[in-house]
Amino acid sequence: MFEQVSTSENGELVINVGPQHPATHGVLHLLITLNGETVTKLEPNLGYIHRSIEKMCESLSYRQFIYTTSRMDYLSSHINNHACALTVESALQIEIPERAEYIRVIMSELTRMASHQLWWGAMAMDLGALSPFFYAFRERESINDIMEETCGARLTMNYFVPGGVMYDLHPNFVAKVKEFIVFFKSKIDEYDELLTGNIIFQNRMKNIGIISKEDAISYGCTGPTARGSGVSCDIRKIYPYSIYQKLDFDEVIEHGCDSFSRYQVRMKEMRQSLKIIEQLIDNIPKGEFQAKTKAVLKLPKGEFYTRVETARGELGVYIVSEGGTSPYRIKFRSPGFSNLSALEHMVKGHKIGDLVAIMGTLDLVIPDIDR
Amino acid sequence: MLRLENISSFIHTSLSNHLSETSVLLLEMTIIALAAITLFALLGLILVLMERKVSAWIQIRLGPNRVGPKGIFQTAADTLKLVLKEGFVPDGADKFLYKLAPFVVMIIAMILLAPIAFAKNFAIWDLNIGVFFITAISSVSVIGILMAGWASNNQYSLLGAMRSGAQIISYEISAGMAILSIVVLTGSLQISDIVASQSNGWWLFKGHIPALIAFVIYIIAVTAETNRAPFDMAEAESELTGGFHTEYAGMRFALFFLAEYINIFIVCAIGATLFLGGWMPFHIGNWEAFNHIMDYIPSSIWFLSKTFFLIFVIMWFRWTFPRLRIDQLLQLEWKYLLPISLFNLLLITLIAIKGWHF
Repeated sequence: MFEQVSTSENGELVINVGPQHPATHGVLHLLITLNGETVTKLEPNLGYIHRSIEKMCESLSYRQFIYTTSRMDYLSSHINNHACALTVESALQIEIPERAEYIRVIMSELTRMASHQLWWGAMAMDLGALSPFFYAFRERESINDIMEETCGARLTMNYFVPGGVMYDLHPNFVAKVKEFIVFFKSKIDEYDELLTGNIIFQNRMKNIGIISKEDAISYGCTGPTARGSGVSCDIRKIYPYSIYQKLDFDEVIEHGCDSFSRYQVRMKEMRQSLKIIEQLIDNIPKGEFQAKTKAVLKLPKGEFYTRVETARGELGVYIVSEGGTSPYRIKFRSPGFSNLSALEHMVKGHKIGDLVAIMGTLDLVIPDIDR
Repeated sequence: MLRLENISSFIHTSLSNHLSETSVLLLEMTIIALAAITLFALLGLILVLMERKVSAWIQIRLGPNRVGPKGIFQTAADTLKLVLKEGFVPDGADKFLYKLAPFVVMIIAMILLAPIAFAKNFAIWDLNIGVFFITAISSVSVIGILMAGWASNNQYSLLGAMRSGAQIISYEISAGMAILSIVVLTGSLQISDIVASQSNGWWLFKGHIPALIAFVIYIIAVTAETNRAPFDMAEAESELTGGFHTEYAGMRFALFFLAEYINIFIVCAIGATLFLGGWMPFHIGNWEAFNHIMDYIPSSIWFLSKTFFLIFVIMWFRWTFPRLRIDQLLQLEWKYLLPISLFNLLLITLIAIKGWHF
């Protein structure tokens, strides 16, 4: 429990932002100290949506535990599932059919775009522009429709399983994705016209929430948050998994270190994701979508670690196996947690309005932080 | 033809035939008061519905479409809901000020309806210092907002109220300067005189570029003064949850909400009166036939269409722009708008003295 205070020792205003607050996008609780409008101290308090996912996984089998990870970072559930499936596959040395790899990468990139779209809308809403939220959801809806047809779900997909994917693609999949690519290419330009070029928006973003390259590394920032500060940390590039090494795409790095750079990284990543999907969508190989695996998976005794690039950064899955049918210990390294730790560094000295804007550029998903 | 002027004179003559002068005056005052309250409520309902429809249109939604045809009774239903809600007072609040604040804000919005000329010879009170009266009274509403923020015993409310105070007082100056520039051109503070001076063209077109600048400054300043996005610092729902009215619920909240929309109506009505000719039809120099056709459209239609056009523009702002930060907001006023409007006023004065305007 926290002491109920409204002013600090120096007479500064102490405000609880959250756990119920429109800008925290979930149940994050920030205890901030204000000098007038300026934030002098910020303390995130976690645990409001802790569901013991890691502990739960210890009693689930290696096929089952993947489903809980869809609930961690619910905006990139495919990618979370991918990380878990990769860990199990590497431990058991399962060869995955090429078709499954292609499907996985297309799905992951669609998820990344959907996640960034939602972030774009939500961040604009944090800044007080309400309309972009609806535009973002319009585009996200078409991705969700594609997902729904193939995976049977729109948010917690549970589509990637050890050995491949759960079902084959829906017959409409390729046509619909192509349609979406054409549709979204025009819309992403609209995003830039509506928000990126806006003078008020630029004034709110540029030179705000600065975190230097060194600080970003020492706070353990990953994903677009770190790449906005010039840190090269795209797991898809530096430790390629799946078929990413075969693909032609750029790692987006901006050197502004401010909110606007982080914003630009995500906007450009959406275009890169489109580029990846364009390369794959016409060449999905025929064949099996799932490798033949044993009914009950037993990982050999040892420790296994895999990392992937989610929409928010680096997700690590660490499994300790005693040789049984369920993990002895499991640990997720979630990107949101480390990114949140840098928030105080970025916010200190800025106004309360900027706190909200900076939090928007971190793209926090609270269930990912709390697990 | 049905003109508002005829209705008011008809009521006056028919009452005078039957009653003494004093009782006619008293009765007319009562009628006007009732009409003003009705107008207040009606405008609130219409504007809230309009806002929701405009926002829905901008945001590719349908907006309210369930209550009544095309959802036109949605706001009436909402009001009913708000009336029925519990009048909640938070723990530790200053009860008297907390309850008083919405009324202060509402009464000021209602008083401001008085000098506005809704049609030809149709204003509640066409006093000789009309414009001055409006600027003077509208600056009082900040007291209501500060009261609400202070009395709520909530940090968010307090911050919102303080922001609002700084903002409204700052932007009042620019709005005042813009209004003053038209007063300089017209030479009168009376609304009816200002409208009459635009019979051969609106000031927006007659006053060359300085009038245009004054108009733009006026629109920016009043958007800020009415606490509308992109200047909605006082509410800033993503930062301060609800700003000064965070703790308000039910009808007290509704009064703030209504007052906000009435204020928008008033500032747009003033803008339409000063720059777009009020109820004056659109006239072009010597085009007699054209002017005659324009005269045929009732003056109330002219006034309302101009006002609602400006209201639409202000709503358009809200649903397009992100919010400014409080220091940027004050910078915009003190570093840009105020110097520009002062210089602009100088130019306008020059134009007025030399008689360069059309």
